[in-house]
Amino acid sequence: MSVLFAVVFYVAALCLVGGVGYRIYDYARTPAPLVIPTTPAPTTKGGVALRITREVVFFESLFKGSLWTWGFAMLFHGGLALVLMRHLRYFTEPVWGWVDLVQPFGIYAGMVMAVGLLGLWGRRLFVDRVRYISTPSDHLMLALLILIAISGLSMKFLDHVDIIGVKAFFLGLMAFDWQPLPSTNGLLYVHLSLVATLMIIFPFSKLLHAPGLFFSPTRVMPDNPREKRHIAPWAAKMEVEK
Amino acid sequence: MAAEITAPPYRVIPIIPSIKPGAMEGLKPFVASDKIQEALGFPGELVEDWEERAIAKMGELLKKYRSLKVYLDACVHCGACSDKCHYFIGTQDPKNMPVARQDLLRSVYRRYFTIPGKLFPKLVGARDLTREVLDEWYSYYHQCSECRRCSVFCPYGIDTAEVTMAAREILDSVGYGQKYANEIIGKVHKIGNNLGLPGPALTDTLEGLEEDVKEDTGIDIRFPLDVKGAEVLLITPSADFFAEPHIDSLVGYAKVFHAAGISWTLSSKASEGGNFGLFIGSYDQLRQIALRIREAALELGVKRIVVGECGHAWRVAYSFWNTLTGIGDGADPNDRFAIQLQKQLDQRYKQPSHICEVTWDLIQKQAITLDPEANDHYVVTFHDSCNVARASRMGDMPGGQFEIPRNIIRAAANKFVDMNEATIMEKTFCCGGGGGLLTDDLMDLRVKGALPRMEALKEVVEKDGVNFMAAICAICKTQFTKVLPYYGFNMRMIGGVHQLVSNAIRLGDK
Ligand code: HEM
Ligand code: HEM
Ligand code: SF4
Ligand code: SF4
Repeated sequence: MSVLFAVVFYVAALCLVGGVGYRIYDYARTPAPLVIPTTPAPTTKGGVALRITREVVFFESLFKGSLWTWGFAMLFHGGLALVLMRHLRYFTEPVWGWVDLVQPFGIYAGMVMAVGLLGLWGRRLFVDRVRYISTPSDHLMLALLILIAISGLSMKFLDHVDIIGVKAFFLGLMAFDWQPLPSTNGLLYVHLSLVATLMIIFPFSKLLHAPGLFFSPTRVMPDNPREKRHIAPWAAKMEVEK
Repeated sequence: MAAEITAPPYRVIPIIPSIKPGAMEGLKPFVASDKIQEALGFPGELVEDWEERAIAKMGELLKKYRSLKVYLDACVHCGACSDKCHYFIGTQDPKNMPVARQDLLRSVYRRYFTIPGKLFPKLVGARDLTREVLDEWYSYYHQCSECRRCSVFCPYGIDTAEVTMAAREILDSVGYGQKYANEIIGKVHKIGNNLGLPGPALTDTLEGLEEDVKEDTGIDIRFPLDVKGAEVLLITPSADFFAEPHIDSLVGYAKVFHAAGISWTLSSKASEGGNFGLFIGSYDQLRQIALRIREAALELGVKRIVVGECGHAWRVAYSFWNTLTGIGDGADPNDRFAIQLQKQLDQRYKQPSHICEVTWDLIQKQAITLDPEANDHYVVTFHDSCNVARASRMGDMPGGQFEIPRNIIRAAANKFVDMNEATIMEKTFCCGGGGGLLTDDLMDLRVKGALPRMEALKEVVEKDGVNFMAAICAICKTQFTKVLPYYGFNMRMIGGVHQLVSNAIRLGDK
């Protein structure tokens, strides 16, 4: 079992890092030939950085768009962020100081994340417009995340696992010095399998929204076309031909 | 067709409508004839291997446009945009929800360009490109006015207009173009403007206009054409030359230049501000049409280029001219025309400038004087045109595109009120006729798409007695003139900002 999970996690990590890395490279090399920020837009790079920060941290546009979705999205992503920070303790030794500080909140974060996910799912099921646009994969993605959260929370509250052992296993993986995975607990296997699945599908799915935001021309382009010429290489070629 | 067009009922309180699948299914603007298509270098009719060629074109566009690529990947189907489109609100057809409109293309993208779509099409909503899908593209990508309202609310800024443009480009490349837009582009190349008004007719029109204005005001206000050495070249939509109420704004521009003592000229070669290359998503057409203006500016030796009241023309001028023609900064050193133009133009002014920037600047410098009492018979409101509001700027500050026209209106009229704040500025609703849809064969859609704007207008008409809606876009003006009566309003309620200026400006003593 330990060997199986070791292999699975190596594959999953490779998929995640390689896949997302390739996507980012691919987005970065594709030119944006015209200046198309959604205005009013900041006119400087600093202004753009602020705009993106507001989008990432507060989901500014979504706030304008739909308060309900925004609320659940904040619960889910906020919870997720805390949970992930809390999880860093399985991968760092010694555990970074600020990760320790997050620990007490992390417990509630898991629940908050689940509530957010349920809210989002409710929207998907009961709002006719959102139901219309949902594909099976949209539902499965939510199911997957909810199951991850439930299995994680169950380990916390119902059936404890040997966290020290889990940590040793992952530290071992990272150092290529394999340790056994504690085998007392089926929940852990469930949690880990689901997480590996998530990592593998990340670069092939709509989860690309996370890197995508940083490459969205309507958000990351400064509004300065009169002051500065912006031209894509393929468009510049047209000029030379003439 | 024509007889059954009616406006949808006003919503009691503007609630989000429920969906009515298939409500606008099969709506199709006229397809371009082989003549129209071939004049632009597109295949004359649907080619035999359209499927392959469409996919190849999609692949090409994915390499050329980051917007398309990121937007096809990033959407999480959150639905924030789903109730934001005026065509959805007016028609309730779920395929007019921005996200569903994107999905028409996205489903094909997934099928041919992504691994999950190749392996599990059903799971991720991927579809083969069939004839039905192609027809659906033609139908629903001609029910989008590329107004970008959806992109304001999307957490990733996904701009459905970019997707629509890509889809139209693919359709053109397989010989399935739209008659209205492509015919107009042909006219610009052949005659110099969208309306196909030849040079001599333009001369006549302008002379007639000088006489009319003289009769009205007793003052000789000139409408110069092709005057070499003028300071300003005015580029304005050709509708300004004879359509109502557009022409009243043209008179307004002329009076502003007259009162401020600025020499100006129109050009018969570039007698068109509009650039429908934008609507069909063709960079090449966009560029070719923009280059006409550069040529005209060089021939006439002007120092400034000013753009009249036209929404998408201002987007192209403000956001794209520099890229397309090197009018302001950083041209290719081998591009001697761009270099020459940059030397020739007076870079102390913004190049290009919007006529509203010019007028507001003159008002502030007290180079012209307005008597707002002249418009006391009006209670004015302002319709932000989408391309100005969400795709460009005026002045130095973000948001100047909202402030400057309003400042001018306040200077020209005493009574001004804004419409509901959810329907103005960056959240403004399209008039319903933008993006290459201003054609009679789409009248039903145009009337329905105007619903949210009409609701907001009705509110201020009832509350504040508004009787004049000012706009700075030729398409908005034409569209509202047609559509207002369907909603029980007088078609003369719509007019230009410079129409108000024209009424209020003091002539003669300056
Ligand atoms: C830069 C980081 C990220 C930002 C700015 C971001 C932002 C958003 C926003 C604004 C939404 C739409 C609202 C909603 O439906 O919740 C969304 C949806 C979603 N996000 Fe993220 N996200 C980020 C990272 C992630 C990560 C790392 C995951 C991975 C597990 C994730 C999973 C999801 C899912 C599954 C949805 C769809 C929810 C639904 O079906 O309604 N996000 N994200
Ligand atoms: C390899 C990666 C992961 C490992 C080794 C892991 C392991 C664990 C363990 C051992 C627990 C139990 C904590 C306790 O009993 O105190 C837990 C809880 C949890 N896990 Fe994970 N997990 C991983 C990834 C994830 C991911 C990616 C998510 C979210 C998408 C997630 C969500 C949760 C949640 C919500 C809880 C419960 C709340 C909490 O303790 O923070 N886990 N995880
Ligand atoms: S760009 Fe405008 S017309 Fe097109 S889908 Fe978005 S809101 Fe609708
Ligand atoms: S708001 Fe953006 S991410 Fe959400 S459904 Fe619409 S296009 Fe997709």
